[in-house]
Amino acid sequence: MNCAESEVLLHALIDGELDAGHASEVEAHVAACSACAEKLTSFRVMREAMAGAALKEAAPAYLRNRVEASLTPPAARVVSMRSFFKPTRRSFFGGFAVGSALSAALAASLVLTVIRGDQEQAVADEVVSAHIRSLQAGHLMDVATSDQHTVKPWFNGRVDVAPPVIDLTAESFTLLGGRLDYIDNEPVAAIVYQRRKHVINLFVAQRLGGKHAGTVAESIQGYNVRHWSLGGLDFWVVSDLVGDELDEFVQKIAGALRPSSTS
Amino acid sequence: MPNYAVADQERMRRFRDAALPHLDDIYTLARYLMRNSSDADDAVQECYLRALRHFDSYRGPAMKPWLLTILRNVCNAEFARRGRREVPTDYAQDESVAEEMPMWQERQASPEKAMLRQQDSATIRRLVEELPEPFREAIVLREMNDLSYKEIAEVAGVPVGTVMSRLARARAMLRSAWNTAETATARPGSAAAPGIAL
Repeated sequence: MNCAESEVLLHALIDGELDAGHASEVEAHVAACSACAEKLTSFRVMREAMAGAALKEAAPAYLRNRVEASLTPPAARVVSMRSFFKPTRRSFFGGFAVGSALSAALAASLVLTVIRGDQEQAVADEVVSAHIRSLQAGHLMDVATSDQHTVKPWFNGRVDVAPPVIDLTAESFTLLGGRLDYIDNEPVAAIVYQRRKHVINLFVAQRLGGKHAGTVAESIQGYNVRHWSLGGLDFWVVSDLVGDELDEFVQKIAGALRPSSTS
Repeated sequence: MPNYAVADQERMRRFRDAALPHLDDIYTLARYLMRNSSDADDAVQECYLRALRHFDSYRGPAMKPWLLTILRNVCNAEFARRGRREVPTDYAQDESVAEEMPMWQERQASPEKAMLRQQDSATIRRLVEELPEPFREAIVLREMNDLSYKEIAEVAGVPVGTVMSRLARARAMLRSAWNTAETATARPGSAAAPGIAL
């Protein structure tokens, strides 16, 4: 065995990866070659020093929680959906006192909600997955600009709706840009906002879950989700922003879309 | 997305039980490959989501190298997307050429070089982080993730012989950097260097 071979194989020897035959060949060479013997010794010492050092990284707790949350069986979420339906039902019964026309509308939307529960939940899950996907480095925006007049035309021809793109900079929701996303195998416009460090994804499509008279609020995998329908479009908002601030965002968006408030 | 049958929940539970115990290993490789914690976080998350999607086609042999392979692909895809020369192609194209590079051939083996300086963990980590690919990957899979040569070969998608020469070169580079490096405590401000803080 020559030095060039030995220089490679002595690592396999250190790592216990050599069979007995090759190991004794390397050892024989090292016994006769002081240069290789020196290397073997120093690499052994280095390996021991590395083994004794704290070189492994422990995953931080927040990351462990994030990963675990994304791997939580939907069973847990079914429960949360049930608890989310309860207040709706209460408000429905309360509606009788307000007016029969209103409660009839509420009843109709409630029935729709219950019937579409499964599909709705699937969409909610997909919307949250799309949000998480978008947070991976560099996946957030296809068109990155705070100019609403650049974002809106960008969606032309990419989705079958003209999604409203609203500048909420004055309300301290910064417009970051837009992205084409897929939910339920359908192209969906995603408009991205930010408040402080929190990214908000606003998904807009013609049909994305059930139609609702009001805003549906829920929490999935630690993300706050809001869903409403307006002007024939379905809106979904997902963010790790606290619920109150996300509600404020929903109000600003919905408010800007209603002709009455813009006039 | 279909309705979640009991089988799906069972499958997800099996995946969690099998995959989550390796989170620290996955995170360690992610930190050394991405070299910053937020990119590492994203890579780990994506790795687990992808692994779950492909869990049905998983046939072994071992969960840890399988997950590390996915993580490595996630990281390389990210580097390719960013257009950075972090992907190992530059070095990996011709291993025999790589072996003739001067860093590998040490001019003389002086007694002083055979001795190894004392280095603290923070400095060793920095030195490993500064190794070029694919040598950094090889040494991390070996020393931090405790993979066998055969497993490293599977993760990196190269023959075992290539793993051997990469490890030899990685250790040679590490040793010379080791002996010339000052300790982290002796370097003002080095505690803030990336990858050192736990």
